Amino acid sequence: MKNAPMNLVSRYGADTAFMTFVGMLMAFLYVPIWVLVAFSFNDSRSLTWPLSGFTLDWYRKLAENTDLQAAIWNSFYVASFATALTLIVGVPAAMTLHRFAFPGKSIFRRLILLPITLPGIVTGISMLNMFKLVGFQLSLETVILGHATALLGVVVTQVYARLQRLPKSLEEAAFDLGAGPWRSFIDVTLPNIKTAIIGAGLLSFVLSFDEIPVTFFLTGRDNTLPMYIYSTMRRGVTPEINAVATLIVAASLVLIVAAVIVTRGRKNQ
Amino acid sequence: MAAIIQLENLSKHFSPTIIGVDDVSLSVEDGEFVTLLGPSGCGKSTLLRMIGGFEKPTAGTIRLADKDVTWDPPYRRAVNMVFQDYALFPHMTIGENVGYGLKMMKLGKSEIETSVIDALRLVELQDKIDQRPQQLSGGQRQRIALARAIVRRPKVLLLDEPLSALDAKLRELMQIELKHLHEKVGITFIMVTHDQTEALVMSDRVVVMEAGRIAQEGKPQDLYDHPKSPYVANFIGTTNFLNGTIDSVDGSRAVIGMNGASLNADLETAFSKGAAVTAGIRPEKIRVLADGESAGNVLSGTVAEVIYYGLGLRLSVKLPGGEKVYTDRILPDRLAQTSVPEVGQPVRLGVDPQNVFVFEGRIEP
Repeated sequence: MKNAPMNLVSRYGADTAFMTFVGMLMAFLYVPIWVLVAFSFNDSRSLTWPLSGFTLDWYRKLAENTDLQAAIWNSFYVASFATALTLIVGVPAAMTLHRFAFPGKSIFRRLILLPITLPGIVTGISMLNMFKLVGFQLSLETVILGHATALLGVVVTQVYARLQRLPKSLEEAAFDLGAGPWRSFIDVTLPNIKTAIIGAGLLSFVLSFDEIPVTFFLTGRDNTLPMYIYSTMRRGVTPEINAVATLIVAASLVLIVAAVIVTRGRKNQ
Repeated sequence: MAAIIQLENLSKHFSPTIIGVDDVSLSVEDGEFVTLLGPSGCGKSTLLRMIGGFEKPTAGTIRLADKDVTWDPPYRRAVNMVFQDYALFPHMTIGENVGYGLKMMKLGKSEIETSVIDALRLVELQDKIDQRPQQLSGGQRQRIALARAIVRRPKVLLLDEPLSALDAKLRELMQIELKHLHEKVGITFIMVTHDQTEALVMSDRVVVMEAGRIAQEGKPQDLYDHPKSPYVANFIGTTNFLNGTIDSVDGSRAVIGMNGASLNADLETAFSKGAAVTAGIRPEKIRVLADGESAGNVLSGTVAEVIYYGLGLRLSVKLPGGEKVYTDRILPDRLAQTSVPEVGQPVRLGVDPQNVFVFEGRIEP
């Protein structure tokens, strides 16, 4: 009991230190984004403090910039199809890895991870060489192939990890109750790995959306959004770019909130 | 009654050295409750999984109602399984879980609904129909797993250690409940367990397995009272083993000579004079004799340990030859009203010759 006040003081101190640390961490993560959002509404072209006034001009400019819009559209096109492709290949690959034992299985599992562990430049150059060899014209479609290859590891590892945690008896129970392999996959396995597939899909989409190195080597005349931003940046940061970035942040926030609501809704069922 | 399941020379060799099931032949009658009993790794689960279609045998045939189903996948067999972890689908309600097997049979919606409600009523959980498996207790999940398997009216219900995940009290309750359920639905039950009490309490017939083979099969009382090997005698109940030699044989009565003592025993199989044998005596068939009391066999020794376990007393008695035997006594009175022998005290033990098992060969003490 004699030590109680001391303990209280030290615990209060520890709490304060911890909260300060968390506060600094959050600031480190989010202050740059606030600055970006603030400047996107600033009515001066120069990026200097203090802000001079409120304007929606940059958003208006954005609405008129067809190059930028095309780049946004291209990014959505590439990210959507790269995600779809990597899911179509990755989910069955994960199921195969999970279901069958074959010689060289562990090597195969690690090889699938290689494209994400390699620097994007290596993946980009090697795929460029291959496309040249086969005689493909570089276009957004070659970018899609490149992204899908690089992202395959994300999907396979996520889905495989979930399958490993799924009791084998679930599928056996479905068989036992008269479901064939296909039915039991649709009715029992798929619903239980759904969140892993959605999660891997979202992650793939985001990674593909802001990917530069692989895109740099594999794209033809079309530009994706990060490539466009990168190229305009050489002429200095314009508030227009801030406006685009703010819109992306807003869209991400909506997605995150939606994801939280969806997962919470499932738990309450 | 006809055989519903016939296993003929069934084997499952996982590799030349790893043998799951080795040349097992077994016939199960329609409506019977059969238990496969044995320690882990004895092949009992593999045998059950082969009947269910989850493992392919490496040799032999499985007949279900006279039809060869050896190579049929699980979804084409009229058997259903209650899994050890219940394997309830977490993303479905209890009603959907129980109805899933009927949906696969392509029954109509209203028909499924009535059957599901009937099955849930059978296990007294009809009020849980809209809940999820995660919201139920272990015992309730167990009953849902049963309902889900029974609702399809299988020819045979397979139960893979169905009570092992429950706590002791609930397990005791469920043993009786399962037995009653078996009587009510009239389906053949084949259960796997490593718990001898479970096997004795619930089954019509027990199949004791050892290293992939059937060690002995029979009614619970036959296995308990007439074990054919020390393995069975020790797996079902407890048995004291004493090594000895047949000194003389007179009809079915033999005298077994042991280290400084001899034991009269009634033989169930013939032994010749001089054969090395092991005598087996159950602890509850040995009684401590009062002064002047006599018995078919009298062994003297000293009390080495007294173990009190509520229901009774177990004495460990050291014989002159150095062997220790256990003797069990149920306490009709409270411990304070009972005279308890003290450690080191000499005692005389009585055993009747008909209660001595005689096994061929000697076992390491």
